[in-house]
Amino acid sequence: MSKIHVTTTVNGDEVEFLCEPDETLLDVLRDELHLTGSKEGCASGDCGACSVMVNDRLVCSCLVLGAEADGAKVETIEGMADGENLHPLQKKFLEHAALQCGVCTPGFLVAAKALLEKNPDPTETEARYWLAGNLCRCTGYDKIIRAVLDTAAEMRGN
Amino acid sequence: MRYEAPETIDTAVSLLAGAGGDARVLAGGTDLLVQLRADMIEPELVVDVKKIQSMRTITEENGGFRIGAAVAGAELSEHPKVKAAWPGVVEAVDLIGSTQIQGRASMGGNLCNGSPAADSVPAMIAAGTMVSIAGPNGEREVPAEEIIVGPGKTSLAKGEMVTSLFLPARPARSGDAYLRFIPRTEMDIAVVGAGVSLTLDEGGTCTAARVALGAVAATPLLVQEAADALIGTKLDDAAMEALAAAASAACNPIDDKRGTKDFRIKVAGVLARRAAQIALERARGN
Amino acid sequence: MSQALRTDDMDQDLRVVGTRPVRPDGVDKVTGRAMFGADYSLPGMLVGRVLRSPHAHAIIKSIDTSKAEALPGVKAVVTRDDFQEMPSEFIPAGEMLINYRDVVRNVMAREKALYDGHAVAAVAATSVSVAKKALKLIKVDYEVLPHVIDPSEAMKPDAPVLHDHIFTDGVEPKPEKPSNVAKRVEFGMGDVEAGFASADVVVERSFKTQPVHQGYIEPHACVASVSADGQAELWCSTQGHYVVRANCARLLGMDISKIRVTASEIGGGFGGKTVVYLEPVALALSRKACHPVKMVMSREEVFRASGPTSGADIWVKMGATKDGKIVAAQTDLKYQAGAFPGSPVQPGAMCAFAPYDVENVLAVGYDVVTNRPKVAAYRAPGGPISEYAVESVVDELARKLEIDPVDFRLQNAAQQGTRAAYGPKFGPVGLVQTLEAVKNHEHYKAPLGPNQGRGVASGFWFNIGGETSVEINLSEDGTATLMSGTPDIGGSRASLAMMAAEELCIDLEKVRPLIADTSSLGYNFLTGGSRVTFSAGLATVEAAREIVKELCARAAKIWEIPEDAVEWEKGYVRPAGENAGNFEPLSVADIAKVAGKTGGPIAGYARINAQGAAPSFGTHLVDVEVDPETGRAWVTRYTVVQDAGKAIHPSYVEGQYQGGAVQGIGWAFNEEYIYDDKGCLENPGFLDYRIPVASDVPMIDTVIVEVPNPRHPYGVRGVGETPIVPPMGAIANAVSAATGIRFTELPMSPPKVLKALEEHRANGGGD
Repeated sequence: MSKIHVTTTVNGDEVEFLCEPDETLLDVLRDELHLTGSKEGCASGDCGACSVMVNDRLVCSCLVLGAEADGAKVETIEGMADGENLHPLQKKFLEHAALQCGVCTPGFLVAAKALLEKNPDPTETEARYWLAGNLCRCTGYDKIIRAVLDTAAEMRGN
Repeated sequence: MRYEAPETIDTAVSLLAGAGGDARVLAGGTDLLVQLRADMIEPELVVDVKKIQSMRTITEENGGFRIGAAVAGAELSEHPKVKAAWPGVVEAVDLIGSTQIQGRASMGGNLCNGSPAADSVPAMIAAGTMVSIAGPNGEREVPAEEIIVGPGKTSLAKGEMVTSLFLPARPARSGDAYLRFIPRTEMDIAVVGAGVSLTLDEGGTCTAARVALGAVAATPLLVQEAADALIGTKLDDAAMEALAAAASAACNPIDDKRGTKDFRIKVAGVLARRAAQIALERARGN
Repeated sequence: MSQALRTDDMDQDLRVVGTRPVRPDGVDKVTGRAMFGADYSLPGMLVGRVLRSPHAHAIIKSIDTSKAEALPGVKAVVTRDDFQEMPSEFIPAGEMLINYRDVVRNVMAREKALYDGHAVAAVAATSVSVAKKALKLIKVDYEVLPHVIDPSEAMKPDAPVLHDHIFTDGVEPKPEKPSNVAKRVEFGMGDVEAGFASADVVVERSFKTQPVHQGYIEPHACVASVSADGQAELWCSTQGHYVVRANCARLLGMDISKIRVTASEIGGGFGGKTVVYLEPVALALSRKACHPVKMVMSREEVFRASGPTSGADIWVKMGATKDGKIVAAQTDLKYQAGAFPGSPVQPGAMCAFAPYDVENVLAVGYDVVTNRPKVAAYRAPGGPISEYAVESVVDELARKLEIDPVDFRLQNAAQQGTRAAYGPKFGPVGLVQTLEAVKNHEHYKAPLGPNQGRGVASGFWFNIGGETSVEINLSEDGTATLMSGTPDIGGSRASLAMMAAEELCIDLEKVRPLIADTSSLGYNFLTGGSRVTFSAGLATVEAAREIVKELCARAAKIWEIPEDAVEWEKGYVRPAGENAGNFEPLSVADIAKVAGKTGGPIAGYARINAQGAAPSFGTHLVDVEVDPETGRAWVTRYTVVQDAGKAIHPSYVEGQYQGGAVQGIGWAFNEEYIYDDKGCLENPGFLDYRIPVASDVPMIDTVIVEVPNPRHPYGVRGVGETPIVPPMGAIANAVSAATGIRFTELPMSPPKVLKALEEHRANGGGD
């Protein structure tokens, strides 16, 4: 199996890597680029722990081939904070204790950011359905949803 | 496994036709990659069709819409005109998986995966969708209900692939709807799906109807008897009950981990009736 | 949002405890920096993969690994031959027991494969693709045997027997033939026959539950590296790295001190990460290959080969007088252990009737082996199953007596001094307070819509203490490093740091809590039994107080006055008695700065076997709605009330309540292991093993009741497990209220509910 050369942008930086044709973007992020913030919880698109943005679309990186990232813009949890300034969602997750074990947290944050970019004023129901592809087994979702809605309110200037 | 990302349909077709072993089309990949990861398939070739522009675009055509086979669900949902004309189809596509899946999954992929439970398929069958296929022997167009021939099996020949789906012009006073039953609110495969499209005359009598069911047989079903239960009626309670009975009667389901045979038969009738009610309200509003 | 109900004034002027600061490990977890089990890698690391049995029950006649070993890139292959035989010996694991004879067989199948997914061989190779190829080249010759899954089926005389050496323990005389019943346990007091004879109303029901998985989002993962001289490093996601160390050393014949285990961040466990699966295999592969080996389970492997908790058949009979006094309670519990003995039937039997003050009680439990993965602890192991059945019967009794279900529970509630059927008398407990809080909650009086019903249920869990070490080192600048050895799953670093900051009177930000590796701190039993905030909290307070004592001694030394002539007050050492006012008070930082001149480093080190853990009771209140045409039921409103003793960080206490409730919602409605007729698991993934998603559930309201545990300096009880106990009963009672039908099987999935609704309607029951 010969490897494929891929040039892509990850969190604003141009990166190149070699990947096998059947390697996923998640494998590449974690194993080649050492960006281990995206997690593999299922490898079948059911848990959302590997959520990233590819060309401004929220996707499961376990369901994208590394080869497909050629020429694409990829954004991961590692690019969410601006240096030491956390994104408002990251701050609110901490304030609201919206994480327990924290393994689903990167996926939730990436997905929630995508939600607020598309819909700055989601209802609770909209937030819950948007995030239905992100499984959390610890929190019962209550504090996560509160953190997302509170961030939305803050970002709207309320 | 080889990965190719051609920019034209012709190249894609010749790659698929020329493959020595199993060759797969990659659109959104939300089924294909799951099968790859689970070692359910070991293709020799994967052809990524997302660099083919026509397969990524939605165009208006004769009052209807031609939807590239690789258009992602999220892109379809964001198209205001398609959503206004065929809300049932767009909602059905939107039910496929999570927000993340919507960023990738396509109507073409949902159809060609061949699952009897595919959410968008009953809706597209009810809508009278025509499917464009390119292959080594040129292009052909067939109704959506002729694609899936068994679980995981399609009528596509070697080297053929679906390039676009055509949703026809929406007649006046018509509406469509799709409902599915799942145990949770999201993230499940349909246990039963029901798509209904219907048209009323000025007096409110149903002049045309198509009813399609998913997950109740080896393939999605277009149920003529269910449509007949509506046509010529004012969609009163009796007609709706007749529709439900006809839908239930058409089912030939199995017991499996997602539901029992009896459950599917009963719920198919319930969902067909509920979907028809929504389609009716939409038709009255148009 | 949460309310807190406090029953005493134990709180002195608490500055940190009881507040809601940002957790110390939080930033790493919101930025992706936190390292979980699969996030570690080492130079030269190999990929380890496991070959698993496709059969539920089969003799392994032979394993031929020669072709796999010959494949380029394969560096090691291990099978049963690489693990030594172990004697039969039970050791505690959380609230459960394990037997090394079985542990070695669960880690790698020996004579037989006992469930679909049972590990049979493992390889270490240079890449995933080579490892996968190698697995395909291993030839295993199986003789497939009949299998049995259902506990009642497995107890029948003609059932396939899994183990020839199992002759039911706890039965006199010893049975003549081996069977699948590993053990019979019995707890009771009084005379149930006489009790039932005095009852005006008796309810008797049989229940069935299916196995459910802990469902943590992070699959099991580890990296092992064994050097040529036998010194080993292991990084893994576990609830107890000291326990992993002990088990691996035992299974591999290594000295405990030769293995250093570092607990990664852990992506959920709920009891399921208290046992070893991959770790001994990775060490064995690494030892053989002389390379580091990383092993990560796929989600499918997690479902097929780890966890779950038991499915069970339960029979409950309870009787009460017409004025509402429960006079007798009896249960038979048949719990699946999975492939090896050790279901949580014992704790299940012990806590079945714990919430109630009943004179005549008899609980009999059977531990039944079946061809399913060996069960692992799952949050209050055993309790949710028996208490679901009991709470359903309690609800039915209340209805028959036409007494409000909360009043009925209040009338019979266990209180301080009540003797539990399993032996002890309760100290101060908060069940009555939780029931009163439910009764007074606005939710309890809120109107219900059509097809809706309301249910209530109480629950109990013991909570445990156990061996714990905590070390606090005071730095030269007066900041502190707090090392504990119980992996932090739900925020324990926060609560321990808060207690340390409270005791040392320094800012919380000045305490850096870490989870020490096994070589850097004394032994710690695992994170389980809701014990960490209690036990490690106790040790933290003890270590901090040792530092305070030392600070006083150092100040006395600086001032050249006797040690008993100083006092500690609010972060300062002051001269006291006749020296009062003679010297400027010294802060922690002042003393730390000159520690080198006054006797060297200042530290506190507590090594305890924590005693005095106190149980936690909870009462849940839930509204459900049922679609009469499809049988789908869902929760419309949910309130958890539970006694925390003391909430150190209330947000994370609420989080435990909310998370437990939602796990319970999954258990009640959709979660189950589904097998085909060959005994193979049909739903080993999150697609068809349906844990609740965000859109399935409402906000979960919480009320924290605080009836302090007198054996903890701040009153902590432990809160992690009780929240999973009441949900199934509460939800079943709500569904019954909504439909008029008593449901006795979990999960209450739509096909079952619809079938029951149709039968009910056919029999003339109303809609």
